[in-house]
Amino acid sequence: MSENYMIDVDNVTIRFNMATQKVDNLKEYFVRLVTRQLMFQEFLALQDVNLKVKKGEAWGLIGVNGSGKSTLLKAISGIMKPYKGSIAVHGNIAPLIELGAGFDMNLTARENIYLNGAVLGHSKKEMQQHFDDIVDFAEIRQFLDSPIKNYSSGMKARLGFSVATMVKPDILIVDEVLSVGDYKFRKKCQQRMETMLSGGTTLLFVSHNIDQVKELCTHALWLDKGHVVMSGEVNPVCDAYMAMDEVKK
Amino acid sequence: MSIWKERIHVFFQYKDLLFQLVQRDIKLKYRRSFLGYCWSILDPLLIMIVLTLVFSQMFSRDITNYPIYLITGRTIFSFFTESTNAGMRSIMGNSALIKKCYVPKYIFTLAKVMSSMVNFVFSLGALVIVMIFTRTPVSIYVLFFPVILIQLFLFCCGMGFFLAQLNVFFRDVQYIYNAITTAWMYATPLFYPIEQLDGNPAMQHFITTYNPLYYYIKQFRDIIYTRCMPEASCVITGFVIAIVVFILGLVCFKKNQDRFILYI
Repeated sequence: MSENYMIDVDNVTIRFNMATQKVDNLKEYFVRLVTRQLMFQEFLALQDVNLKVKKGEAWGLIGVNGSGKSTLLKAISGIMKPYKGSIAVHGNIAPLIELGAGFDMNLTARENIYLNGAVLGHSKKEMQQHFDDIVDFAEIRQFLDSPIKNYSSGMKARLGFSVATMVKPDILIVDEVLSVGDYKFRKKCQQRMETMLSGGTTLLFVSHNIDQVKELCTHALWLDKGHVVMSGEVNPVCDAYMAMDEVKK
Repeated sequence: MSIWKERIHVFFQYKDLLFQLVQRDIKLKYRRSFLGYCWSILDPLLIMIVLTLVFSQMFSRDITNYPIYLITGRTIFSFFTESTNAGMRSIMGNSALIKKCYVPKYIFTLAKVMSSMVNFVFSLGALVIVMIFTRTPVSIYVLFFPVILIQLFLFCCGMGFFLAQLNVFFRDVQYIYNAITTAWMYATPLFYPIEQLDGNPAMQHFITTYNPLYYYIKQFRDIIYTRCMPEASCVITGFVIAIVVFILGLVCFKKNQDRFILYI
């Protein structure tokens, strides 16, 4: 049955070591080993989270800061391993957890496009095919051969989004990255995501902009302090989330 | 078996990344310098000249053709220190990327060792120049060089993997390792002939038996300096050490790699 799901997050718990002082040198390690202070103050960023996503669905993850949204995305994209439970993902993922994470500031944009493409697991040939589309979408053609460190943050974000979405992924993970960039570019990104969605791409989307979530997503998952509060169709979940917000105020 | 098939498949999926990372290191190393890649040759050459001036007074009676003796040992040793140091820092240096994107982490260490190896191959240009100047003939045994390179590469990769994972958990490793390589340099017959230690047989035995780098440097000197075929026992021991270190390093790395994210 699990083959039907693109992403199957099953009872996942993620644990962090929240030791008051980080032990990252040998001396301290041995001192604490001898004095038996090598305690593990654990912090559960996610607890028994279930999420089953079918192909073509768009899920919005909502919740206040620190509720574990980004941790869940990191676990799904394979950056973190769950402490308990299992995660199965079918298909390739384009994680937009931070735009242009793979950029090297000293390289030129042209070199960075190939480097970042390789980070996402694309071959050089694929990147060559899409090179012009990437440059045009990011609108950086005239700066193509200057080092990225001279770019503005908006330009970097445009390039990062452009590289990540050009070679069509099965699953797109977007973590609040679209807040940078001007209005025009945000609109362009949204359009791009909508075309991808209609083309069968599965989307996981984190945003604090509830209207955007409602517009783009079909389903939503509400997290609070690592627990799932509610999950299902987008409208009821978002309404409940907003209602709780109202009550608090 | 299928898990190995999967791993090999993943490796091939990311081989372009490996290539890109190596290319990046080489490109950035000499960007904005006038002489660029020439430094890969000039640097060992200049150091060799200095060391020859200093040490030839001490050992010139014992060693014929001292410049070649020195530069053969030194190029091998500097490849070893450069690659293992870069490998050690590879995970920490790419932490921004590792935190945001899933990439097989060993790729970073492997890329660093490979870019050091490219630099090493460039630096052989210095050796060629010295050979021309000292009128050292070239023998057919030079063709044995790739075999030495494979041993060295495996050995350095193994060390790099081991140090990289240790460095994630304990940042002091960098400083300790600095002292270790200095000691290691003196425990390796780079400047002095091994016969110099005839008065101290225990020390001599220790170096010729337990110093892995001795095997690689000896083989390299055999083909360039002495111009003979390396002894089979030396080659076999060299391979055994290289493979054991490689596997140990990789196993340690694999065992701990899932915890990297919590420490970087």
